[in-house]
Amino acid sequence: MSTPLVKVVELKKYFPVKGIFFTKGYVKAVDGVNFEIYKGKTLGLVGESGCGKTTVGKLVLRLLKPTSGKVLYEGKDIFKLKGKELKEFRKKAQMVFQDPYSSLNPRMTIFDIIYEPVKIYKIKVSDPEKFVVELLYSVGLNESHLYRYPHEFSGGQRQRIAIARILALNPEFIVLDEPTSALDVSVQAQILNLLKDLQKKMNLTYLFISHDLGVVRYMSDYIAVMYLGQIVEYGPAEEVFEKPLHPYTKALFSAIPVPDPEITRKREKLKVPGEPPSPINPPPGCRFHPRCPFRKEICDKEEPEFIEYEKDHFVKCHLYSRK
Amino acid sequence: MKSERQPIIEVKDLYVNFYTYAGVVKAIDGVSFTIYRGETYCLVGETGCGKSVTAKSLTKLIRPPGRIEKGQVLYYREPGKEPIDLLRLSEEELRKIRGAEISYIFQDPSASLDPLYTIGYQISETMYDHGVISSIKEGFLKAVDILKSVLMPDPETRVKNYPHELSGGMKQRAVIGISLSNNPQLVIADEPTTALDATVQDQIMDLLKKLKKEKNLTVLLITHNMGLVADMCDRVAVMYAGRIVEEADVYELFKNPLHPYTKALLKAVPNPVKKIDKLESIPGTVPNLIYPPPGCRFHPRCQYAMEKCKTERPPEIWVSPIHRVSCWLYS
Repeated sequence: MSTPLVKVVELKKYFPVKGIFFTKGYVKAVDGVNFEIYKGKTLGLVGESGCGKTTVGKLVLRLLKPTSGKVLYEGKDIFKLKGKELKEFRKKAQMVFQDPYSSLNPRMTIFDIIYEPVKIYKIKVSDPEKFVVELLYSVGLNESHLYRYPHEFSGGQRQRIAIARILALNPEFIVLDEPTSALDVSVQAQILNLLKDLQKKMNLTYLFISHDLGVVRYMSDYIAVMYLGQIVEYGPAEEVFEKPLHPYTKALFSAIPVPDPEITRKREKLKVPGEPPSPINPPPGCRFHPRCPFRKEICDKEEPEFIEYEKDHFVKCHLYSRK
Repeated sequence: MKSERQPIIEVKDLYVNFYTYAGVVKAIDGVSFTIYRGETYCLVGETGCGKSVTAKSLTKLIRPPGRIEKGQVLYYREPGKEPIDLLRLSEEELRKIRGAEISYIFQDPSASLDPLYTIGYQISETMYDHGVISSIKEGFLKAVDILKSVLMPDPETRVKNYPHELSGGMKQRAVIGISLSNNPQLVIADEPTTALDATVQDQIMDLLKKLKKEKNLTVLLITHNMGLVADMCDRVAVMYAGRIVEEADVYELFKNPLHPYTKALLKAVPNPVKKIDKLESIPGTVPNLIYPPPGCRFHPRCQYAMEKCKTERPPEIWVSPIHRVSCWLYS
């Protein structure tokens, strides 16, 4: 296989929790994460709220500084980039945010919103209006929308505008942070299909962050499942969905109600008690052990290794040993 | 209808408008349905289709500029007895029912809780106001048990916490605790788990199922999540733009959806247990209800739209005793 476009190595991000005089502790939002994303592919990052998915998304775009670890983009560590190179990276790597109601400036027209990044990067465009109209067409809008304001648009249309804005810079890598969770199902399907079409057309690489497993399965080539700041399972999407290994992955999958009463009510479910614990003082050993139904002696003592159990399918659990 | 089924709520021809500066929003446009005792009835639909407004109208929780224009909400307090029309009761009388016999679980737990009072106080207050307990102090003790029943971790500490000290999930547990504190007959759960994580949502849904069985609770579940509908409900009503377009037994609805909107909606939901190559999306967006489309409100997005659909409102058609649809294709 070719070299990955994005390679994340032992990435850590701790946020200090400040007391009155001292730092009381650290929120270990991301704690030793490794993954790779290949060009033109989608990595789906799933997990429950607070597991650190968004922090990972921000780290790989250098919107946050990591505590330690590396993010390699085309082989270069993005945290060491400076000047021109950094600007170039910022142009190539973009983000679509969750809430299209707060990511667009209400005082700017759609033309200004989409054209702003072009101005910032001083890209030469002969006919700005035509340039923006073409972008609007590529996301399913048209020239009649050009001089309107964000409040005149629905959530789905706003998300299209946000996508058009980043397409203006011809990006390579896009972090999609829950891009459809603020949208309705019928509109969600439109946006997901748009993202897939654009990916095919422009050979885009996506990091797709979501808590909705249905959406992730639809979008992703690879899946990484996060729990409490760590990736517990990583592998090709179909394999992870069909043969999940980690008990948390199994529990997460069985907690999702399937839109079919025949299936969802008869399905065998792996139930886990409790809620994810605080990332300030994560449990020792395997972080999932307090909730895990298959807990062994070793689980609360030693942290499991992240091993390749089957080809390309990684898991961080004591139940599986290297073959 | 089967004779042993006792209705608890009967909504008849409900109309609700909102008088805004931009114009009159016809939010609910002739909605009728019956909820039977002990069942879980679901209202499903997209944002702005009127499912929350319907739920709030049941106990006149609609505030200006909204107004309930006409309709009846018959509440059968005891099975077999004469019903009362909730819309005709005074605010005073309604207040005795609301929160006690009919309780709500709302979407946003942060907005349901008062930031100035502890969780224990807020649970106690509900019971105190309805005369279940004689003092707030007594309520704190009961509140611990209630929090335990909603799977709140560390309930002894949590009763003394303020809402900002809890996570979103824990806040919703507290809200569910409050709503169940007076042993209601009917619980109206308006997107109760939208703010919760998958594994927690599953736990809460199990809890609701368990409580429902134990207390013979009737649940009106409002959601946009087709998975939850499939998992929880006995009967489902699909709403679109202020109207019920289809109502059926849950198995029947998923197996044999009739209305073009229901069909499209079911195909637009990404299914986590199946590989899907291409999701089908519904073109266009939900109409503006200030100027709703004439005739069938779905016709501008419907691929089967006929001339008739553009001018005449489709009637309610019972295709079988457990299945009704409002669509000209089935007349």
